[in-house]
Amino acid sequence: MASRMPLRYSKKVIELFRNPVNMGPMEDADVVVVEGSPACGDMIAFYLKVRDNRIEKITFESYGCAANIAAASMLTMMTQGKTLEEAWRITWKELDEALGGLPKIKYHCSALAVGALKKAIRKYIEEHGIDAPWLPRKKVYEEEAVEEYYKEKEQLYQEILGSEKKTKESKKEE
Amino acid sequence: MREVYLDVENSGFVLPEVLEAMKPYYYVRGYGNPAIPHKPGQEALEVFDMVSEKVLEALNSDDGNIIFTADDTESNNLAIIGYSLANRRKGKRIIVSSIEHQSVLFPAEWLSKEFGFEVVKILVDSEGFVKIDELEKSITKDTILVSIGLGNYEIGTIQDLKAISEVVKDRNPETVIHSDATSAFTWVPIDPDKLGIDMITISSHKILGPKGVSALFARKGVRLGRILHGAVSTQPLRPGVENIPALAGFGKAIEIALSNWNERIRKVKGLRDTLMERILGEIDYTLLNGPRGDKRLPNNLNISFLYVEGEALTIELSLRGIYVATGSACTMRELEPSHVLIAIGRKHEEAHGSILFSLHSRLSREDIEYVIKQLKEAVNRLREISAWKPGKEVIKPGEIYRGGKHGK
Repeated sequence: MASRMPLRYSKKVIELFRNPVNMGPMEDADVVVVEGSPACGDMIAFYLKVRDNRIEKITFESYGCAANIAAASMLTMMTQGKTLEEAWRITWKELDEALGGLPKIKYHCSALAVGALKKAIRKYIEEHGIDAPWLPRKKVYEEEAVEEYYKEKEQLYQEILGSEKKTKESKKEE
Repeated sequence: MREVYLDVENSGFVLPEVLEAMKPYYYVRGYGNPAIPHKPGQEALEVFDMVSEKVLEALNSDDGNIIFTADDTESNNLAIIGYSLANRRKGKRIIVSSIEHQSVLFPAEWLSKEFGFEVVKILVDSEGFVKIDELEKSITKDTILVSIGLGNYEIGTIQDLKAISEVVKDRNPETVIHSDATSAFTWVPIDPDKLGIDMITISSHKILGPKGVSALFARKGVRLGRILHGAVSTQPLRPGVENIPALAGFGKAIEIALSNWNERIRKVKGLRDTLMERILGEIDYTLLNGPRGDKRLPNNLNISFLYVEGEALTIELSLRGIYVATGSACTMRELEPSHVLIAIGRKHEEAHGSILFSLHSRLSREDIEYVIKQLKEAVNRLREISAWKPGKEVIKPGEIYRGGKHGK
């Protein structure tokens, strides 16, 4: 059951929300990643153009709150021109700091953005068979966080739609 | 920049006349404790009596008790907890609708957890009307209290309380009915005798009166227990010093609302209808939440803007001088969308894009024109940014798109 909460956004968040940088889809992207979903209320897309293991161009789209839009935009600013390795090393905490500190309840916005970017980098490296000894074989925190977040949301969704879904499933079994 | 306030549902500004009515009671007269027999105390007591009378007049009743509290949340808590605990020997079933305000749902849930009450939530249809046949079935001998709001605070649905009370009293004449009429007060006539209800919550800060004062009406004979404990002074059920200046303001706000009733409602309903028809007609991918016509509070409008998230839209509109609220999860403590919108069958992604416009008498046609123009621009801008675009299937969590074909 939802209760409201006050949100204290930094000037940086509002500024980026107002004038997002690197916004919009990219026709000739080498890798595109979409994380989150409309049902979650957060959804981020990143479009990356990579040359010689360097992010030559990165753009974003975001369906979500002001923090979500600002986080995605800020992350594109932090990674544009960086090597894949440098971009990989950015943590959600660093993004949060760059945004002037998100309200605690909005931490998942920077985790979602960083997790989505890491997924894009991992995908690109795997698909292109690039030798990247710095890439951990196990998923890191942000990648896990993105998935955990879905699970929670999915569970919630299931609970609310529970009765309806159950009847559908039982019909199938019959 | 023009500023348009469209959120009286969550609180509002005070009319200048109301503020003037309050001022003297801070330092000129009536600033004493109304339970003390000196002049400033007696003047305070006069205000207390006068506003009690005004509330009874507004509720068209002459024999109820009025308990003034600090907020609508407190009034609802007093009604639910104060009644249930004082009458728990009669039975332990409490019935509420699934779209009640948290200040009704949470105390009921607390009673269930701490005192073993059984709380039944009655479902609503897609417009937010309580399913009366289901309500009927759930009334037992054990049912001591039913609490159903008169006008929903989020989607404006006006319940047929007369039909509800007939069904309830027919099954169990002992069952007491409470109604949170906070959002309906001054927008629809409230008459406890005609509606057949026993307790009513109303509040000052949603009718352009000051914050910090609300009233609970309780029919004579409805036995309530205290939920606050301390030195009893003016009000046996509510210890503590009354907020006399705020009471004076509440009284003035009621007086104004009663004096301009027809003309105010006609005007606000006209503005609301214009806003509604133009948004639904001129902005794509919009959904009306709640009913149309006379079964909706005349100052309430709730619309979901798909492909846009409500918190972002609220902030975007605020930067343009337009102040609204949203049922999106993003403004909520638990990151869940509004339970009211989910209860009427809205999907999460539809609830996330919902905007609540609650209007008042001090708006003009120009204000509404401004809102429509700015709203179009705001929605367009955020839809441009959005990763969720029309025509695109709802992307399932965890799905990854590769290559340059995304979004076409």
